[in-house]
Amino acid sequence: MTPEWVHPGLLLILGAGVVPLLGGRIKRAFMVVLPASALVLCLRLEPGTYGVVRFFGQELVFGRVDPLSLVFSYVFALLAVVGMLYALHVRDDAQHVAALIYAGGALGVTFAGDFLSFFLFWELMAVSAVLIVWLRREPPAVAAGFRYLLVHVTGGLCLLAGIALHWSETGSLAFSDMSAHAGGAAFTLILLALLVNAAVPPLGAWLPDAYPEATATGAVFLTAFTTKSAVYALIRGFAGTEILVWLGAVMAVYGVVYAVLENDARRLLAYHIISQVGYMVCGVGIGTELALNGATAHAFAHILYKGLLFMGAGAVLHVTSLRKLSDMGGLYKTMPLTLGLYMIGAFAISAVPLFSGFVSKSMVVSSAAETHRTWVFLLLTLASSGTFLHTGLKLPYYMFFGKDRGLRGQEPPRNMLAAMALTAAACVLIGILPGLLYAQLPYPVDYAPYTVRHVTSTLGLLAFTALGFFLLIRHLDPEPTISLDTDWFYRRGLPAALAPVQGGLGRLDAWVGQIHQRVMQRGVLGAAALLRQIDARVIDATAVGVGRLTQAMSQSLRTRVSGHAQYYALIMAGGVLAALALAVLSQ
Amino acid sequence: MTFLEKHLEDPVRLARVKRRFYAGLAALVVVETAAPLVLYPDHAHFWFEDLPAWGSIYGLVSCVAIVVLSKVLGKLWLVRRETHYDS
Repeated sequence: MTPEWVHPGLLLILGAGVVPLLGGRIKRAFMVVLPASALVLCLRLEPGTYGVVRFFGQELVFGRVDPLSLVFSYVFALLAVVGMLYALHVRDDAQHVAALIYAGGALGVTFAGDFLSFFLFWELMAVSAVLIVWLRREPPAVAAGFRYLLVHVTGGLCLLAGIALHWSETGSLAFSDMSAHAGGAAFTLILLALLVNAAVPPLGAWLPDAYPEATATGAVFLTAFTTKSAVYALIRGFAGTEILVWLGAVMAVYGVVYAVLENDARRLLAYHIISQVGYMVCGVGIGTELALNGATAHAFAHILYKGLLFMGAGAVLHVTSLRKLSDMGGLYKTMPLTLGLYMIGAFAISAVPLFSGFVSKSMVVSSAAETHRTWVFLLLTLASSGTFLHTGLKLPYYMFFGKDRGLRGQEPPRNMLAAMALTAAACVLIGILPGLLYAQLPYPVDYAPYTVRHVTSTLGLLAFTALGFFLLIRHLDPEPTISLDTDWFYRRGLPAALAPVQGGLGRLDAWVGQIHQRVMQRGVLGAAALLRQIDARVIDATAVGVGRLTQAMSQSLRTRVSGHAQYYALIMAGGVLAALALAVLSQ
Repeated sequence: MTFLEKHLEDPVRLARVKRRFYAGLAALVVVETAAPLVLYPDHAHFWFEDLPAWGSIYGLVSCVAIVVLSKVLGKLWLVRRETHYDS
């Protein structure tokens, strides 16, 4: 690594190890200063290529710094800062270490210029994310963590297989636009792995399964990194892949349809991650400059407002220990600040004018219109209505208003409120001054979000969604149920499908055992005995013979070589005399 | 937040809030219909976006469609007891 390049991700990963060594105020200061320094490092980076390492004849690039990786690194580091601030009161070092490593992994993925270092950080993210889920230390969290691991290890293997194939086909590990290899096995495998992490249905059930099982503070980190680093990789390698347009549009609606049925507050929000990432995936598929800018801008805005929403739901969880909407209600009286900050996030995700979602989501929707994709446009607009319906109306209504169940909470700790306030400020700032975000996007932006048509039709859409909500409110009451998703296949389907073959498998196992016994005990053990005999007879005998010979020779040498100096002097003198005599006589 | 409490707990004030909400909806429809005629003459990308009060109509339709689709799917297929996966 060159001196002018310090990897911000590596700083977080190595710095994470220092957290348990510190205590008291120093530790709390360090927990915020560390990600803040990573953010400063990202902000000070100039585009270029850094951290190139030669490895078995391949070039590993740990620092590909260009506008696309920079804008993602800013928001990843920023969320790490507010996430750590939000978690400041937690007295569990393991959670902090896992969260910092997870954020560092995301930065590593962002700056990776080759597939091998990309894969390295990709897997680091999977492992640290599982730790975050497990560290709630409750049986449901442990089980959900194992399912998370199952899905992500499979996805990781897919990625590795794709990388290996790509390497053998092209001889290069460089991670760049893959469109030249479209349709090939390597292309498909890598795309599949990215779709798993982007939680594209039917591969995305791990997300609403695992995220609500994490702690209130851990879930904030989870919402940001895995899906959005997958979006980053899709933008990098798979822009303009047509199937992504439809997967994204369907995904946007899929998330809101599931959210209607959901009762767990954070699981409802998790389904909205799927919906929102749908806009980004769709933008990647459309692939025009406006669409890719839109996907990037929406990822940026989304990380902040979704973090804020999870912080709000997490604050309620922290104070009341409640996670189901059917148990909540009437909290607005005792948690007004939490409500207000949550609502800023809700307005941002719902794309209310003057909030961040309005200036980012509309870029993707406009790009669908500009490329004349009528159905995509209609589906994405429909999903916008659904987003406001749940995140802006249903969830706050049942959590903070609704039936007063006599819950009397209080505001969460100050560090939680401060983190929420900072994130909320960012959501509003982007909404009011979109130019700040637009200036960071990978392509030049020629887009004006605040047109009269856009503002009036968005307000109309949102207001009449609210009307629909109040008309249908009796049908929306949360019920204590769960909904089947594709995780059914590995939670119920697989064991059920395996049950009938288990008898056959048992017999097969016995067979293999017998064959093993024959081959191993008779064949291998017999060969081993033979080899031992050869060892004893031939090799040992040879070694002993050589030893004896050496001993005999040294014995005879010992009698001749006495080591006494006077004998050697006498022999030398005799020799000199003999030489003199020879010289005299021969003349 | 006594302001919110005052307006939500008092039935007279709540009724006033509701009236204002409906008035706001009506105003939005008027603005959305009138704005293209007064403020900008250009057409949108799709013909349906030029329909009067397109955003408002599509918002209501979307909201109802999502709830109905989801409830039907839920009733027929997706919704289970909370203990479904416990065994």
